[in-house]
Amino acid sequence: MLSPQVEIIILACLTAAACAVVGVFLILRRVALMSDAISHAILLGIVVAFFYTKNLSSPWLLIAAAITGVLTVTLTELIIHTQKLKKDAAIGLVFPFLFSIGVIMINRYTSDVHIDSDCVLFGEIAFSPFNRFVLGGTDLGPLGFWTMGGIFLANLAFISLFYKELKLATFDAGLAAALGFSPLIIHYVLMTLVSVTAVSAFEHVGSILVVALMIAPPATAYLLTDRLSHMVILSALLGMAAALSGYFMAYYLDASIAGSMATMSGVIFLLALIFAPERGLLVKYVLRRWQRWEFPTETLAVHLLQAEMTQADDTEHVVSHMKRHMLWPDEFTSEVIARSIEEGIITKDGNKLILTDYGREKAKVAIAQS
Amino acid sequence: MMTPASEIPAIDVTDLTVAYREKPVLWDVDFQSPQGVLLAIVGPNGAGKSTLIKTILGLIKPAAGRILVLGNRYRPQTRLIGYVPQRTSVDWDFPTTVLDVVLMGRYGHLGWIRRPEKEDYRLAMECLEKVGMTDFAHRQISQLSGGQQQRVFIARAFLQDAPIYLMDEPFAGVDAATELSLVSLLRELKNKGKTVICVHHDLQTLRDYFEWVMLLNVRRIALGKVEDVLTEENLRRAYGGRAAFLMGKGADEKESWTS
Repeated sequence: MLSPQVEIIILACLTAAACAVVGVFLILRRVALMSDAISHAILLGIVVAFFYTKNLSSPWLLIAAAITGVLTVTLTELIIHTQKLKKDAAIGLVFPFLFSIGVIMINRYTSDVHIDSDCVLFGEIAFSPFNRFVLGGTDLGPLGFWTMGGIFLANLAFISLFYKELKLATFDAGLAAALGFSPLIIHYVLMTLVSVTAVSAFEHVGSILVVALMIAPPATAYLLTDRLSHMVILSALLGMAAALSGYFMAYYLDASIAGSMATMSGVIFLLALIFAPERGLLVKYVLRRWQRWEFPTETLAVHLLQAEMTQADDTEHVVSHMKRHMLWPDEFTSEVIARSIEEGIITKDGNKLILTDYGREKAKVAIAQS
Repeated sequence: MMTPASEIPAIDVTDLTVAYREKPVLWDVDFQSPQGVLLAIVGPNGAGKSTLIKTILGLIKPAAGRILVLGNRYRPQTRLIGYVPQRTSVDWDFPTTVLDVVLMGRYGHLGWIRRPEKEDYRLAMECLEKVGMTDFAHRQISQLSGGQQQRVFIARAFLQDAPIYLMDEPFAGVDAATELSLVSLLRELKNKGKTVICVHHDLQTLRDYFEWVMLLNVRRIALGKVEDVLTEENLRRAYGGRAAFLMGKGADEKESWTS
């Protein structure tokens, strides 16, 4: 028997991982907003299915939600197809419409049962361990383990089975169609998975935070790798990291678990944005600073080389020439000289600047490239 | 009497009309390409050049018309056509390598689910070698220059190994040296008996690169050997008043336009 605490953590990790792996393709297909649309619109499906089954854990809720998810995509595509509206406007039109019908139906007809707007928006993962999966009198753990775990495995199976097709249809839909891999079918199957994932996840973390879990971990992974397969695995791991750290944050702050998970996924993204080894802001900043001096030191080296070859100018003349013609202020010139010495491009002999062998090579390369 | 197989047109389009909403993009176009030639589709912006090749591929549904590929209605499964889309139509920041992009040319042969195997990788490397990009095989695609991107696309087309190639502006945005090496790659395809049909923009190089041409401006203006089609009269019909400039008759004329 696991303690409820551990059960919540495992469930949080499963939810985050299931959301993250489908989120990868939403990001790469530039339809991140679709996760927002689907996670809201499926409310309508859930409410309608609940009407008929009167049971919140009926599998019909999942099926109805999946159908509403696909309906959202279809309606959006139809509106785009009229060429009167762009994609974002079409999405923004369709999902609030479906969502609001769902909200009205909840208020109007289901006021006596446990399905309210708060729970829909924010979910409550802390209650998830109460909902047990009992088979023949044996307690097989929280029901969420089975649904969320099953959906995570289904997502993984789909992605690994159709990895090649997903990659092609996402990278180059034109070629995919020309080779007979219908990008449209792939799109709809993917959106069905997004819907099913969203409906199971939303029971635990709510419809708003589903979006964070679908988008933030893949967006983070995108900054850290340049292989699709790595991006999928990394997204799942990053999602789990957000779930774990979020849980403990909620524990210490006594705050909402789902809210803390989403916050942590944002924090992790921010860290990657700053510190990512190749695409991080920090690396870019350092690189830019380095490049800022790259050109002036190179220019100085080239001029010194020319002076060396013609032997017409002495190096003091070169420096004054640079100041005059390149409009280098005194301070800047001394900085360039200091940097050039630091990088081993030149040495200083009294007032004389002498190119090192390295500096000479550098100048020759610069001339050859221009 | 039966037509010999080699005389069946590679592409045979009859009465093709394509419309976006009410506006026709292609109007009643007839287009036959013989087998084993380098053919350019040329015309002003908005003439429907890309639309034509996308319609042949079945990516766009025509309002009317009939399309035959080597005498039969086209289905992608037959793998008769290799397609090179516009370089700018894909996201070059996509997390994948050069070799992986080339391998996509093999996906049609593999069919659903089956993954590329050793042999596929070997063939892909061979195609990369043909375009001189072996050293780049494991690079991330975002590190490529425009010309290198186009080479990768051509390598992918080589790997598709189809009898007919449709290419959408293969020379767009590449430097002169790359353009020449791409042309020699296309000639290599042609010498192997393949039919290569390119959307092309530059009338100056048309004569040097291609032997057949179709002038298109929503309707078909002319189709045939380059020297027969490239008349002032035809160009004026395709391009309107700018024809003289586009012909690039004299260097002086060109100077006066560019200065």
